[in-house]
Amino acid sequence: MGVYNHYILVCGGTGCESAKSDQIYKNLIHECDKQEVHEKTQVVKTGCFGFCEQGPIVKVLPEESFYVHVEPDDAKEIVSEHIVKGREVNRLLYDKTESKKRAQIDEMDFYQKQFRVVLRNCGVIDPENINEYIARDGYVALEKVLFEMSRDDVIEELKKSGLRGRGGAGFPTWMKWNFTKKVENPEKYVVCNADEGDPGAYMDRSTLEGDPHSILEAMTIAGYTVGASYGYIYIRAEYPLAINRLKIAMEQAREYGLLGDNILGSGFSFDIEIRLGAGAFVCGEETALLRSIEGERGMPTPRPPFPATSGVFGKPTVINNVETWANVPVIMMKGGDWFAKIGTEDSKGTKVFALTGKIRNSGLVEVPMGTTLREIVFDIGGGIANGREFKAVQTGGPSGGVITKDYLDTPIDFIHLKELGSIMGSGGMIVMDEDDCMVDVSKFYLGFTVDESCGKCAPCRVGGRTLYNILDRITKGEGQMDDIEKIKTVGLAMQKASLCGLGQTAPNPVISTLTYFSDEYKAHIKDQRCPAGSCKALISYHILADKCIGCGVCARRCPVNAIEGEIRQLHTIDQDLCIKCGECQVACKFDAVYVR
Amino acid sequence: MAKMSLEELRKLRDEQKKSLSHRDVENKEIQIIVGMGTCGIAAGAKETLNAFIEELDENELKTVKVTQTGCMGLCYVEPTVEVVMPDMPDVIYGKVDPETAQKIVRKHIMGKSLVNDHVFDRPAADIVDTGANGGAK
Repeated sequence: MGVYNHYILVCGGTGCESAKSDQIYKNLIHECDKQEVHEKTQVVKTGCFGFCEQGPIVKVLPEESFYVHVEPDDAKEIVSEHIVKGREVNRLLYDKTESKKRAQIDEMDFYQKQFRVVLRNCGVIDPENINEYIARDGYVALEKVLFEMSRDDVIEELKKSGLRGRGGAGFPTWMKWNFTKKVENPEKYVVCNADEGDPGAYMDRSTLEGDPHSILEAMTIAGYTVGASYGYIYIRAEYPLAINRLKIAMEQAREYGLLGDNILGSGFSFDIEIRLGAGAFVCGEETALLRSIEGERGMPTPRPPFPATSGVFGKPTVINNVETWANVPVIMMKGGDWFAKIGTEDSKGTKVFALTGKIRNSGLVEVPMGTTLREIVFDIGGGIANGREFKAVQTGGPSGGVITKDYLDTPIDFIHLKELGSIMGSGGMIVMDEDDCMVDVSKFYLGFTVDESCGKCAPCRVGGRTLYNILDRITKGEGQMDDIEKIKTVGLAMQKASLCGLGQTAPNPVISTLTYFSDEYKAHIKDQRCPAGSCKALISYHILADKCIGCGVCARRCPVNAIEGEIRQLHTIDQDLCIKCGECQVACKFDAVYVR
Repeated sequence: MAKMSLEELRKLRDEQKKSLSHRDVENKEIQIIVGMGTCGIAAGAKETLNAFIEELDENELKTVKVTQTGCMGLCYVEPTVEVVMPDMPDVIYGKVDPETAQKIVRKHIMGKSLVNDHVFDRPAADIVDTGANGGAK
């Protein structure tokens, strides 16, 4: 058993790995060897710390030094200075201003308002080592369920906890499980929906990468409760790291007898198989996902029958999202009452959000339900990047809507988001500033849903395209006033008549922005003007005569040679040639280029 | 490892918990700070540090955190070690070899009495004032 002087935790999430954290990990091990401190130093690759903006992240214990933006070459210095000599590497510390007081993680603004239930082990343990999960009370819940609780007890505990599905719609989890449990059938299934597809969302991926055993444990608990002996994890093939860690976790769990035949000698058997998806957004819809598991084309089927009675291969199936699963072991271990104390009346527990867009600290945050948007964006997220003005937050991805400045103090839970015309969704949160055009944003989401529509039902297939065409023409300045009415009519038809959630919610981004930013739509249609200065067809670049000194930098930078002018003379942009790339504006040091 | 029974899993968890708890930084109210400047290292501070870690582990003292710092300025009595804990004055020990380290753990931390022949100083006033956590940083 290892006792070490130092523990170096390296983030092994996809975000940090893409910034060479794997090389950092290897270099650290190499340096520890070379500098002969390997026997007293443990280097651990953990899951995502959540503070992705500052990655790659390396944390050294027991000093709790929080190193950010670490590069592979820094490994040598971290080992020689910190590990060997005990001097923190100041230039890499997150909190450089107070070198005397260490930047303690609990005191950092980013972590202060967070409460970690789902991400409890992310950034703490090595996800590829089952022993570390076990040490953090892993498989205690399974033990308790198998040996001390009846199947009804489990349902009762879930009911008390008030846990609702984290995949988007927020259906009470205990009801799902109970429906499946009640159906008489010798063959039942448990499914984990890891087909995370919202643009900008990556909380499920990080949970799987950082704590794969929690999902396996939860699914086994569900298997016992509903009477299933087999489970599927449906995960998209573009999450290779998560898949790899799941595979390792499953092997280790089988070896320990925590998965497979006769688990812990209880007589209960359960095993899990991974099914890879090809990345179709519609396969996140549960009925389409089930078809894809069966090997069919991923298309939704009408409900009822619900998966609880007729799921995989027509058998009763419990299907939950990754984040929902990750909550289950904690609820079983600490009790439903403990869980129900977190959050609001309507929504219990916590929610993980992937905070992205024009925010200073983009990353993964977990907060109790009922935390306000202001706290998430400004206290945790550090506000808007580059000193711009906050405009709105998009939640729920292509199925959600926007929340504006006026509603920043709304507590975030299922019911309040619904009232605002958005949805919780899976937890993507994209922050937008004054430079983001709301019509263009809607067009982006519609473009996404049109691409991802499976084409089975007409309202989604035709309606989506129609909406997209209308938005496209508005952004080109060719919109007409009755387009707004048309959007509402088509949107309503899609909401009411589409077969599955994809089509039913596809108009949400448009309807929502139309509600809060109707002026912006009107400006595009009536004045052929884009107030945010983002729709290319409606803007033009010009040079201010009194600011231009004729340095010629813009002309040299212009990719299409649209800028002319003698040196030390006023330069002009040829509007016929200009492709509106904005390079000249970036290049000008005298703020002489402006958008009209 | 072969498949486990319930008892085996519980036993494994207890073992692993102990191992992982070394990484835990919460609830550690006692701090041992080892001076690891060039002078300290030359005088054997590394061996001292290792001795502390081993001794603490042997006695299952989980509330003690061992950290390193630079030179404390007492180069003539290296290796130097500062011990900060509740109900005891902050003390800097000098000439701490592995054997003395063992004594410090047993007498100072567990027995709450000073290891008199190695007490060399108390931390400077400004450091004492900044509170226990500041140490000789």
